[in-house]
This record gives sequence, structure tokens and C-alpha cells, in this order.
Amino acid sequence: MTITERAPARSLQQPAPPAVVGRLVDRFEQGLDAPICLTWELTYACNLACVHCLSSSGRRDPRELSTAECKAVIDEFERMQIFYINIGGGEPTIRGDFWELVEYATDHHVGVKFSTNGSRITDEVALRLAGSDYVDVQISLDGATASVNDAVRGAGSYDTAVTAMERMARAGFVGFKLSVVVTRHNVDQLDAFKALADRYGAQLRLTRLRPSGRGADVWDELHPTSDQQHQLYRWLLDHGEDVLTGDSFFHLAGYGESLPGLNLCGAGRVVCLVDPVGDVYACPFAIHDEFLAGNVRSPGGFTEVWRHSDLFTELRRPQSAGACGSCGHYDSCRGGCMAAKFFTGLPLDGPDPECVLGHGEHALAGRGGTPVPKPSLDHSKPSRPVAVAMGPVHRALPATPSRPPDRPCDESPLAASGLGS
Amino acid sequence: MPPRLAPADPVTFDGARAWTLHPQVSLRPESFGALAYHFGTRRLSFLKSRTLLAVVESLAEQPTGHDACRAAGVPPEEWSRYERALDTLAESGMICPREAS
Repeated sequence: MTITERAPARSLQQPAPPAVVGRLVDRFEQGLDAPICLTWELTYACNLACVHCLSSSGRRDPRELSTAECKAVIDEFERMQIFYINIGGGEPTIRGDFWELVEYATDHHVGVKFSTNGSRITDEVALRLAGSDYVDVQISLDGATASVNDAVRGAGSYDTAVTAMERMARAGFVGFKLSVVVTRHNVDQLDAFKALADRYGAQLRLTRLRPSGRGADVWDELHPTSDQQHQLYRWLLDHGEDVLTGDSFFHLAGYGESLPGLNLCGAGRVVCLVDPVGDVYACPFAIHDEFLAGNVRSPGGFTEVWRHSDLFTELRRPQSAGACGSCGHYDSCRGGCMAAKFFTGLPLDGPDPECVLGHGEHALAGRGGTPVPKPSLDHSKPSRPVAVAMGPVHRALPATPSRPPDRPCDESPLAASGLGS
Repeated sequence: MPPRLAPADPVTFDGARAWTLHPQVSLRPESFGALAYHFGTRRLSFLKSRTLLAVVESLAEQPTGHDACRAAGVPPEEWSRYERALDTLAESGMICPREAS
């Protein structure tokens, strides 16, 4: 999420009286003509089986968009002047037409940042990437040591990612991203991650563990404790804009100081997700029918979904703070992450499960045996490795919220400003 | 794909000089003004008014920055506000000086 991740977003405090323009964040909450930051998951196929995968990826979906359909979607992005897209998956480089699509996008003035586990980054690929001004790369790693990483991402995945970073650095690609999901087990390694990124001329990007996809199964075990959240907050404040966050951690603003970036949940307003079969969701962390706005294959395509779908229209209306309305920190944290609430079975107009004031913990304790919603789709391979010590999974019947989400969240739209979170 | 270019050195806006939008920058008009995205620095900026957008869009065709303000209908007493915004854009490489034509 984020927008320009290389540098923070700047708003020009300029012209036009407030009565006419108002606060920029308010304008964003009312939606834009086109997303600022769009995530496109190209395939559900993946050679890894990370225990916290947001999209429950593993196997390709037979309904995935064809090459021609993908190009038509890119044409639409160009017409809408979407500056760049974040491509993910699954492992997007697995698609046979991946490089063709990247080239097609950049030839059509749509910049690309793609996320990869590094398995397809050969020396030749790294050289080609280093030569492009319109492609950025994000390599995922969830431990600064092989033991911590591989417990989450699978055996050998640490070596694969580090080898890819070596190749990128050797090819002269400066400023690619090292992307880390912060967990209970790696939160003590933040300095080590930073050193690792520095060693390869990369920029560190930290994001929040969400209870989405398979992440729901491991969230109880892996999400940072409240002490660790504070530790993370202090670390982020110390490192400022050197470290990207995709605006992932705006729920931590409740501690007092705002973190760099625009503290805003952009779901359906400035960000959205297109999944491999063309379904458009409000944000990358909300693959569930409740947050499904439409499909790019329907008449009017993506543009129609973005501009006129019922869900996105609703999300752009003023939202209620609900149970958080009387809290003095609401203006900072905005009630936290919609997806985190939804997939932990909490009401959407109440506190985030990781509310820094502890309201989330109380709410979680009060759930009792209430079932939490399951993802609508699961492309996990039949026997996926379970490397993390996980407790029993208490997921059963899907629960359907009675009303649309109040505060969808996003991968951090503008937050850090640059290309994407 | 074009080669990765180093971002231009930051410069200070001078309204008496000729300016242009950086060739790697795209502008997208929005109801509040516009979004500007620099593909070289991967930096996003927000232009918070349509008038500022009009100024930026006319830079390349006008002999000087001040002429661009005038062409966009900005009264001289407001130029200083716009110059501050243009200075921020110049500093981040979104606009750059050009040879006067």
C-alpha cells in the first residue's frame, strides 16, 4: 500500500480555500476516480505454502484470467491512469505469461511492483529488472534467520530469498524492497532485518500480520503481544521514513504519535484488490463475499466496479465510529483494520483486535464460542506443511455481519507514499 | 522498458525561469486537484487544487513560471502561495527547469 514507497507522500498545502477542498484525507475517504494503489493477484498457484498466506494460495484456479483478459484489464488501468499496480499471488512469476504481462503493463504506462518469494529471480532476470525504470520488486522474508523464516514460509525459503537479494544487488538494482510480515517470533529481529536490507541495497518494508486467508489459522499464535506492539511502535518511530509500512500499522497511532504516512483505511476508496479470477475486493486482506464488489469480466469491467459498485459506494459514505466513538484516540487509529476485525469475529464498528488500549483483547475474550467467518475461497494444497506450533483451530460456521464494513483497510495506500506499501 | 534514470537534482523554483513537468511524471486530474506520480523516484504528490493543476499543465507552454500562473488565472497577489507549491514540486523533481524557448 502504499503509494510511493520510495519516498513519503507529500501533500502540497496549497491553493484553494478549505471550504472548497477540505482535508485531503476526507477527499480520499469519499473515493477517487481511480485507485491510487491497486493490488492484483495474478494466480493462486504457489510453490510455497506459507502458514499465514492472506489469499490461501497453493493451487491455480482454472477460472484464472487468460493472457488476453489480463491485457484488456491493463488497458483499462491505462485509461484510468492508474500509475502503478502491485502484483502478487500466489507466486506471480509462476504464470507462464508473467514477464509478458509486466512488459505489456510498463509499455502501457502502468508501473509494476511485484511481490515474489525469489524463486524465479535468476541472474538474467535480475539484470533485466535492474534495467527498467518502471518495475520494482519486493522479496518476501519473514525471519532474519532461516529457522524463524522457514517455520512460517517453509524449508529452504530463507536461502531462496537471500539468494534472490544477492542477485538483485549484483545486478545493480538499488532500492528493491525486502518485505516482512511482523510476527511474535521475528519482532525481536527488526534490527537484523534492517541490516539485511542495507547489506543488499534494499529498502525494508514491514507489514502487519492479518488474520486473513490461512492467517486466520495462525493469528492467535503469531500476532505480536501487546508488549511487542509497543516495541514495534517505538522502533518504527525511531526509523521514520527509512522503513516502509504500507501504512499497515495505523492502529498503533493510538499510542500517541502518528507514524509516518497517511493514516487512512483506503479499502474501496483509494485501494482495492483484483484476484486471479477477476473478482474485485475492497482490499487485499478481505477476500470474502462480504467485501466482494464485482468482477472485471462483467459489463463495464473494472471501471464500472470501481466507480459504481454498491459496496464501494457504501464504503465511500461517512462511516460511524460505533463503539469506538467515545474513545479519544479514534481520530488517530480510526478504529483500526476492518479485515482484522472481521476475520477475528469482532464487530466492524468496534475496536481492532490489536487495539493498543486493550479494548480488542476484551472484545476477543467476550466472543465466547461465537464462530468467526472463514475465507470464501481456499486454494491451499491438500496437505500443506504446518511448521509453526499452532494451537487448535477454532473455526467453524461462517458468521455473516449484518451490515457493510465501516472501516475497510488497505494495504496502505498512500501511506508511505510511493509505490505501494 | 526505458532505463532507470537518476532523479534530477533538487532545485528551487524561480518564477522568472522557464519550467516544465518532468518527462517521467504523470498527472491524473481528480476532483480535489490532481495526483502527480514520478516514475523515476516512485514518489506521489497531491496537487490540492484544480488551479494549481492548470498552472502546472501550462508550465511547458509559457515562457516563465509567472506567465504560467497568469495563464491559469491566478491573480498576482496570490502568486507567492503558488510559488511555494511549485517550489515543493521542484524540490521533489516533479517539475524541472527547461531552456527558454
